[in-house]
Order: sequence, then structure tokens, then C-alpha cells
Amino acid sequence: MSRVGLRSALLLASALALLASGATGAGSPVTAPPDPPTEVTAVDKAWDGGGVVLLSWTASPSPLVKGYEIFVHQVVSEATAETETGLEAAAQAEAETTRILEGEGVAPEDAEERARLAAENLPPAADDRKWSSMGIVTADQTEYTASALEKDTPYVFMVRAIGSDNSLSAPSNVTPELIPVAAFFDGEKLPLFIILLVLCGAVFLFIVLARGGMPMRIRTIAGLKAVDEAVGRATEMGRSILYINGIQDMDDLQTVAGVTVLGRVAKTAAEYDARIEVPTSRSLVMTAARETVQASYFTAGRPDAYNPDLIYYVTDEQFGFVAYVSGMMTREKPAACFYMGAFFAESLILAETGNSVGAIQIAGTAQPSQLPFFVAACDYTLIGEEFFAASAYLSGQPDQLGSLKGQDIGKILVGILIIIGVSLATLASTSAPAPDAEGRPTEPSAFHQSMTSAVDFLKNTILGS
Amino acid sequence: MQLLTRSIPLLITGIAGLVMILSAFFPYTSDWGKIAGNFFNIIAAFAFVLGGGNLLKIHLKKVSDQSEGWGYSGVILVCFIATLVVGLGKLGVYPNPEFPDVRLSGETQSSGGFWWAYEYVFKPLTATMFSMLAFYVASAAFRAFRAKNFEAILLLGTAFIILLGRTFAGFLLTDWIPLDGLFGGLRMEELSVYVMNVFNTAGNRAIMIGISLGIASTSLKILLGIDRSFLGSGD
Repeated sequence: MSRVGLRSALLLASALALLASGATGAGSPVTAPPDPPTEVTAVDKAWDGGGVVLLSWTASPSPLVKGYEIFVHQVVSEATAETETGLEAAAQAEAETTRILEGEGVAPEDAEERARLAAENLPPAADDRKWSSMGIVTADQTEYTASALEKDTPYVFMVRAIGSDNSLSAPSNVTPELIPVAAFFDGEKLPLFIILLVLCGAVFLFIVLARGGMPMRIRTIAGLKAVDEAVGRATEMGRSILYINGIQDMDDLQTVAGVTVLGRVAKTAAEYDARIEVPTSRSLVMTAARETVQASYFTAGRPDAYNPDLIYYVTDEQFGFVAYVSGMMTREKPAACFYMGAFFAESLILAETGNSVGAIQIAGTAQPSQLPFFVAACDYTLIGEEFFAASAYLSGQPDQLGSLKGQDIGKILVGILIIIGVSLATLASTSAPAPDAEGRPTEPSAFHQSMTSAVDFLKNTILGS
Repeated sequence: MQLLTRSIPLLITGIAGLVMILSAFFPYTSDWGKIAGNFFNIIAAFAFVLGGGNLLKIHLKKVSDQSEGWGYSGVILVCFIATLVVGLGKLGVYPNPEFPDVRLSGETQSSGGFWWAYEYVFKPLTATMFSMLAFYVASAAFRAFRAKNFEAILLLGTAFIILLGRTFAGFLLTDWIPLDGLFGGLRMEELSVYVMNVFNTAGNRAIMIGISLGIASTSLKILLGIDRSFLGSGD
């Protein structure tokens, strides 16, 4: 071998050695994958809505474990599995046929035959289970709550340890098939159920007390008191009243509350002989509004003045509806505008247009994000709770006023819970252990631990339900 | 008549409401809630026909009477009928490749006159309406932030902090205050975050609690048949 040839061979050998060291992580020791965790068990969570499984395992004995990855496999019936496999094979054969047809230009019959043969000669899969990763936990954890699983469907689970170099261990034992079933009652919602019972019980109690003659007082709500003023103004000016019932359907409670207020506004309009116009963005709202307005005209003793054509459907489209109403406001210049219901981005467009035509405006909504716009652009705004209280306020019936009083019990309950929560959180925060002289965390006191547990219970169980 | 207009609707309302409550707490009844929701969707779908019929009736009458602004009604009618014909007739839609001989087998989502009208007429018009919101925000803010009284001054001050804190100008204004120092919290961007996280969140939560209680109470009144105003019962 010549001198030049020898040198080239040495250079090539060095380059190959460098490449090899780069591929395995130059300079770092090659570590073996960690041992898998053992004794993986899966238990269906009791008193839940179904679809939750509690997993636990014994930690891997390997020292360099930085976490565990949890895997799940949904067990399907043989028939379903066969169908899925058949569909998958058909899709593969079709893709292969297309590839041969387009790539090699052979006749379609030959391509199909070759694809079929290719599919038959495929090696069998090593593991026919499709494992999906559910999540990763840190090395100090040996438990995991698998949620969002399908109810009444069998699952199997396994866990793999993750080494410090991100290598995965061999799979652990696979748990026996487990079906996450739903309990009779969803225990996670028990606190909410109790709160609901207390609230409904209080409302019911005060309704009974009000029926029994207990006097009920309700504070003046400026927005509702101004209804007469607004309708009177429209009558004096000889202009119409515009009533917008939000842009949601009758399955939204705000729309129902809006229809309730409409009844009162329509009754006043009938008494004053004012013209009320109700464009709606939902057909069902139109029907409900017609019934309500007709009843109001009847109650006011003016059934002949009722005109159903003034309550009409425009469009379900949000901005299409806004375009129509804004245009109508600009042309007809109503003297009073009411916006009662669920509103979104259109709230300010409508309210500002109404403001620009000089209308007296009253709004009511339970959309917190739209309230500032209504407050800025309208004369009166019913804020959330006031809006729902409108029905009781306007009717003045003892039954309805009693329900408002019952609502106050709910507020007291919420207030107490807030005070307890704030106190516990403050105590948990102030009793937190200070780090030692070297800055290392110290053991927390039993008091701190109990306070932290109480705060967690309030946040996750009571508020989380 | 009372049975049809009052008793049966109240019964349906009560049963549907009860089913929805049960489905929230008892997992075995969770499907009942979905079924009740499906019933509503079916009724709402029928109501589309009712809405379309009403729209035609109202605007045909306006055109026929030549009442004020009847031209707009004419535009609505033309657009409504044109969209209906183009959409239902699938004009210009390519047939589905699996059924090339069936003209109506294609999808309207990606081709044809309906898709074109949606993409090049409806969407730009919607975007135009939405973009007008920016001007309305400016005019409403101008009016709301007038320092008329003490409350309005507080509102103006808060708005000033939030607006400045969310722009680079706010950052530049208070850049000289050391972030780690005692007064780091007075930097405009920090103040803005504080106002949003503390005052705004507290106010929002108070409103939300009131709304939730109001919803629960109103629902109960409707379920028990105490509040019947939505059925046209008047006061």
C-alpha cells in the first residue's frame, strides 16, 4: 500500500470512529434501560360518573429512574377488531395499488394483484395491541388517576419506567381487563348537590312563608323603574319602542328572563298606546314573544291593538341580525330601546347606534363581558342578578318575592364559604415552614398540613364539583 | 284550551327540567339529558321553517304595500330566495367522485355557488360589521371616561392604567423603576396586571355568583310553575 493510500485509510477510519462516537453520545457513558415497575394494579374508582381508573405500582428498583409513562389499551370485541383490521388492510391495499399504478404504470388488474400479494406477504405484527400514552409522572409517584375513559368499555394498562437518559424500560405487567363503570350517584358532585338542596330548600321555604303572609321587601331597581319613563317618552314623541331579546334561543335562561320583561314592557306600551317592535334572531323566541305580547295586550284591555307582524324573525346570524337592527334604528329612530337577554360582540354596536339616535336605553344581561359596554352606552343596566330578579320585581307576587328572599340565603352561604376559604388560605400561607439556614426546605408542621388539606378540599372538592 | 296552552307546556317544562337535574348527578340518567337536548334541537329545526315563512310574509307585505323602506325588503327577498335556490339546488357544486353521475351528490362546503356566496359575500360583510366595533369602542370610551364625578374619575384612572400598561408606551414611562425594588409593583405593566388580577377578578366573581344564584332561583320558579310569564301568562 502506498503512503498516500495508508494515510487515506487512517483518515477514513478516524472519521468513522468520530461518527460512531457522535451517534452514541460522545463522551457520555452508555446506560442500560431501567428495570420496569412491578405489580401494576388498576381499580375502578368508586362513586364516580364512570370512566375513571386508579392505577398503582411498585417503583422500579433501578436507581436512575426519572419518571414513569402510563399506557392504556382499549380492548375491543373480536368482531370490531376484525372489522378494524379488515378496513385497515383494505386501505393499505388501495394505497399500494395506487402507488404501483402511478409509480410503475402497470395495468390496473396487475397492480391490484401485486398489492394483494404484497399484503399477504407482510410479516405479522409483534404486538397487536395499540398502546396509547396517557401521561408521565415523576419518579416519586407510584399512583396515577386515568380519567376521560369510555364508560362500560374494557381497558388494560401497563407502565414503563423512564431512565435518566430518556430510555424506556421494558413494559411492566399488563393489568387484567377492567371496565370503568358509573356509580348510581356521582359522589364527586355531592357538595354541589348539598348546596343545591340548601339553596332550593331556602327558595321553597320563603315561597311558602310569603304565601302565608310574611311581608317581603325588595329594593328599588332603577332600570325596571325606568320602564314606564321610557315607554312614556316613546308615546310622547310618537316614535316606536324597540325590544331586542338577545341572540340566543329559548334554551338560554337569559332569553326566558328577557321574554318576562318584555311582557311588562308590552303591557305598559299597550296602556300608553305606544308601538312596540320586536325583531328576533330565533324563530322560537319570536313565537314565545308573540304569545307574551298578546297576553300583555289582553291584560291591558287592548287585545285589538295587538299586531303580531311587529314581532318578527330576522336571521340567526349574529352580524346579519346586527346589520338589520342597526339599519332599522338609524332609519326609524326609536325613542326607547330595550336590550334584554344574552348578548355578545353585538352589544356595543346596538347600544351605540341607539345612543346615536338619541333613544333612552335600558339593558339587562348576565354576560359579564358585555356589561361594561351596556353600562357605558345605556341609561340603565340590569346587572346579572337584577336581570333575573326582574320577573319577581315586576309582578310583585308574594311567591316570586319569596324566591328572591331564598336567593339571599344562597348569598349568605356563599359569603360564609368565602370567609372560611380566605381564613384557611391565610392560615395555610402564614404557617408555611421557613427554610433552614442553608436554604433547604424544612418539615411542615401538622397545623400547616391540615390547613393546606382544608384549602385543597375547598378548592378541588367543593368548588371543583 | 287551558290544557294545551298552559298545563301541557308546564308539564313538559317541569319534566325536561327535572331530567336535566337528574342527569347532572346520576350517571345512569346522563343520556336522558342528551335526549332532552335533542328534542329541543328537533323543535328548533322545525322552527327554521317557521322563521323563513315569517320572513317571507313580512317582507312580501312591505313590498306589496310599498311602505317606507320597501326597497330594503326587496333586497332581503332577492338574497333569501337566491341563497335558498343556490344552496338547495347545489348550483355549481362538483358531484362526489364516488357518484359522478349524481349531480346533487357533491358537498357545498368546498365548491359551488353557495360556497362562493358564503366565502366572498357573507364573510366579508360579517367582517365589516364586526370591524365597526372598533369605532364604537372608541366612541363609547370617549363618553364613559369623561371625569364628571368621583366615580367617573376612578374609572378614568383605572382605564388609563390598563390602557397604558398594555402598550409599550406604558413600559417606557415607568421603565426607570427597578423591577426588583420596593416600588417595582408601581411599574405600569405591573399595575395593569394587578388591577386585572385583583380588582377585575373580584368584581367579575361577585357578578358571577349573583348570576349563578339568580339562574338557580329562576330555574326553580320555572320548574315549579311559579313563573309562567314566558308562556304568555302576563303578570
